[in-house]
Amino acid sequence: MSVLREWINRLRFFGNRRDFDREITEEIESHLEERAAELEKSGLLRKDAMRQARWEFGSTDVAREDSRGAWQFQWLEEFRTDLRIGLRMLARSPGFSILAVLCLTLGTGANAAVFSWVEGLLFCPYPAVVHQQRLMALTGTARGEAEPTLLSWPDYQDLEKNCKLFDGFFVSKITSTTLSIGDRAERTVGSIVSANYFDTIGVRPILGRGFALKENEGRNAHPVMVISYEFWQRHYNGDPEIVGKMQRLNGVVHTVIGVAPEDFYGTFVGWRMQFWVPVSMEEIFEPGGYKLDDRGARWIEAFARRGSGVSAKQAQEEIFAAASRLEAQYPLTNRGRSVKLWPLWQTPFNGAGTLLPTLEITVAVALCVLLIASANAGNLLLVFSSTRRHEMTVRAAIGAGRRRLLKQLLTEGLALSALGTVGGLIVAYLCRDALVLLFPARSGVSLYLPGRMDWRVFAVSVGLCASTTILIGLLPAVKASSIDIAAALKSEMAGVVGGHEKSSVRSALVVVQVSLSFLLLVGGGLLMQSLQKIRTASPGFSTQRVMATAIDLRSAGYDEKRARNFQDELLDRVSALPGVESAAFARVIPLGVVPYSSSPIVVDGYYVPLEELPTVEYNEVGPAYFATLGIPVIAGREFTRADQESAAPVTMVNETMATHFWKGKDPVGQRLQVKGKWRRVVGVVRDSKYEDMRETRKAFFYVPRQQAFAVSGILHIRTPLSIRTMSTLLTREVQALDGNLALNELITLQDQVNRSTSPQKVAVTMLGVLGSLALVLAGIGLYGVVSYTVSQSAREIGLRMALGARASDLLRLVLSEGLLLAAGGLVVGMATALSLTRFLGAYLYAMSPRDPLTFGIAAIVMVLVASTASFVPAWDAVHTDPTKAIREG
Amino acid sequence: MASSQNAQLLPGTLFLLILRSLGRGPLHGYAIAKRIKNASDGIDIEDGSLYPALNRLLVKGLVQAEWGTSENNRRARFYRLTPQGRKYLEAETREFNRLIRRIQLAMRTV
Repeated sequence: MSVLREWINRLRFFGNRRDFDREITEEIESHLEERAAELEKSGLLRKDAMRQARWEFGSTDVAREDSRGAWQFQWLEEFRTDLRIGLRMLARSPGFSILAVLCLTLGTGANAAVFSWVEGLLFCPYPAVVHQQRLMALTGTARGEAEPTLLSWPDYQDLEKNCKLFDGFFVSKITSTTLSIGDRAERTVGSIVSANYFDTIGVRPILGRGFALKENEGRNAHPVMVISYEFWQRHYNGDPEIVGKMQRLNGVVHTVIGVAPEDFYGTFVGWRMQFWVPVSMEEIFEPGGYKLDDRGARWIEAFARRGSGVSAKQAQEEIFAAASRLEAQYPLTNRGRSVKLWPLWQTPFNGAGTLLPTLEITVAVALCVLLIASANAGNLLLVFSSTRRHEMTVRAAIGAGRRRLLKQLLTEGLALSALGTVGGLIVAYLCRDALVLLFPARSGVSLYLPGRMDWRVFAVSVGLCASTTILIGLLPAVKASSIDIAAALKSEMAGVVGGHEKSSVRSALVVVQVSLSFLLLVGGGLLMQSLQKIRTASPGFSTQRVMATAIDLRSAGYDEKRARNFQDELLDRVSALPGVESAAFARVIPLGVVPYSSSPIVVDGYYVPLEELPTVEYNEVGPAYFATLGIPVIAGREFTRADQESAAPVTMVNETMATHFWKGKDPVGQRLQVKGKWRRVVGVVRDSKYEDMRETRKAFFYVPRQQAFAVSGILHIRTPLSIRTMSTLLTREVQALDGNLALNELITLQDQVNRSTSPQKVAVTMLGVLGSLALVLAGIGLYGVVSYTVSQSAREIGLRMALGARASDLLRLVLSEGLLLAAGGLVVGMATALSLTRFLGAYLYAMSPRDPLTFGIAAIVMVLVASTASFVPAWDAVHTDPTKAIREG
Repeated sequence: MASSQNAQLLPGTLFLLILRSLGRGPLHGYAIAKRIKNASDGIDIEDGSLYPALNRLLVKGLVQAEWGTSENNRRARFYRLTPQGRKYLEAETREFNRLIRRIQLAMRTV
């Protein structure tokens, strides 16, 4: 209590400072008068009495100062003084200050920007959702499989019913459709959601309503949709009467029942959702038919929100228990399967999962940059403090305590770091949404990768910058404050400044910088080469002369019969075009986001228990598919038009599948059961890449498109024509068949490869940008140290030159100092890199994390930068006039 | 701070002496100084060091000050003990006496 009263009193004093000064002066005056009057009474003269009174009183100034001091927060006052002096000193050497602040701005800026991405994409991705901090992603797991699986609707419903520690479950499965916008078709992404979606996440549509619970039920019974604000504005020009209007989605007319708020983009990291439909419409949006009654059909991506006060562990335990009850109850579909909860930042089924490893690397790299930047600032502070040795010495000599001097230097460091932090936060704020620039543009899909600058990002950035600065700024402060006054004054007089000890701290900082930049160079180099290798590696199909585009007949309302006719005719027309070598339809494009079909298979002569049937993925491809993509057929034949709906069911398998299931026997002519139907193997093709450029060989097969027809598909065309020409030709052919059908984007398969490797590209770009930044900073650091050394030994150099030393010898002498430091940094960096680059393993493709070529190139770059940074000041030193150097040195 | 200027005083003694001098009623600065000097023979304090100490007591709310007229008809600032000040004085006096006794005991036994 009394402490509080004291504070209140002090604060009151703060308001009446001027009154206080007047009062204390008057009070002291009155004291002196009283005493003098008394002395006068005892017989002294007025003049002597006053002098006597003053003598007894002591210094009135000290009394006044100390009285005022009693009221002040002393540390605050001292801090203000330090800050004032510090800022004045910094303003007096603007070059130094600007450089130091710039270094810190870059370091903090890089970090804060990366943190804002981590915050916006991983930790707080859904700001419009209530209690998102308790939200967790829900997936299945299967014994023996590393990757999580999706969930089936019956399993999901049982979990929701049986788990009591949660206050909400919801489904949010990404899907897409094609919408015609003018004469162009655009892919539009949306979500299939459970009917409780909007209620559970606490988002209220701004127009109309969310879904009603009954809209979960009934096969295709509720063609209703909620649209995004953006969609409403772009597609309907913000029509206020939108509710009740009709929109065709995948060929089915849906009624718009609501519009989501402007700041709500759905629950999927990476893309803005444009529409939401209830799970009952699953069959319209998902391949593979109606799945709501099938416990074995896993297609759901879901979230669960823990009740308040429930830990993630408790939640997971309850989910485990519920999942094992399901396993016991439904062994046929659920054997070996469980369910797992993931924190949002690890969500495996959206952009969070894809970006997590990239962001991890980026955070590490950004921290390195900050360290390098702070080391630079520290170095500058060191140089700065030695130029102020004289001032410090004098202050120490007239009685400033060591602690006080240390505080002064620390305050200066903090002032620098505060300026740097403010600059950095501004940089970060400007860069918060820059991540999206690193991804290749894709027509129609609005990528959404927002950074988020909230108090946490703010606090971490400020804390980090302040602590590194203190850490590194303290070094020079401690060094500079341990001044032996006598020795320092003496050496001042002699003009020899800069002890050996201090320069060793500086050198250590440079070694650290060089080694960290080397590390980043190596990392960047490895990733860059790796990306190059991935993108130029053969995926097993031709990439350059093959183009693909999605022909979405389902969205256009085609039924199967019309679609078959349309596709056949379009193929005929396209194949007949001059310059087109061949063309083929397939349901799925390789390396895309649309999943392949998969089925448990039975192979004659390959015996396994019924419930352990292997599941293999396959694609539905049309005649001439392999010729078009350039995948060699190594045995048998490829599908032809004769492989009709009515013809004998056939299939083709890849090499890996042939060796795995037929053990070296020729599979052509053998039988394979797919989805309960026996098919005859008619051909074997070479392996290619199916989902990911980095995947290892896997079994895969194909069925003829005519025997497993899907209304929509991808048209592949082999042609030497340019994209632009082909696009015009194709549009003409499509329009000739159906004037209303708009065309999707046409891309080469190389584009497809590049898109599928965009996470690697992002990592490379990040490391490239930050690595170059680090290199520049390290260069500045090296330059600073060498030029400081040179400036300190200018006199010596001048003397030597006057005595006849050759310029080249001196140059070598000075250069060697910088290069020696660089060599030290290189050795340390090499050792660090050798032990750390293996963490890049997941990103590397067909190369060793210790690739000697990369290490070599990085070393050469480093040496070049170091030589330049040392050469410039050395050259200057050697070319100054010796007499001038001696006189001024 | 203020008290540390007088090396011959135990820390806090000046506070105690001031509070004690106010025990019998409000006094102005010079009167406090005089009373302390008269009461404590041999303790030599600069009059000036009184004021920082008084201000510290004000900050702590142990005394209050108001302007009045001295016996010589001069405007002067009078200090008065607050109830907290009185309580503090009693507690500290007890504590101080105990400390002195302990010191004396120690001096005798060592």
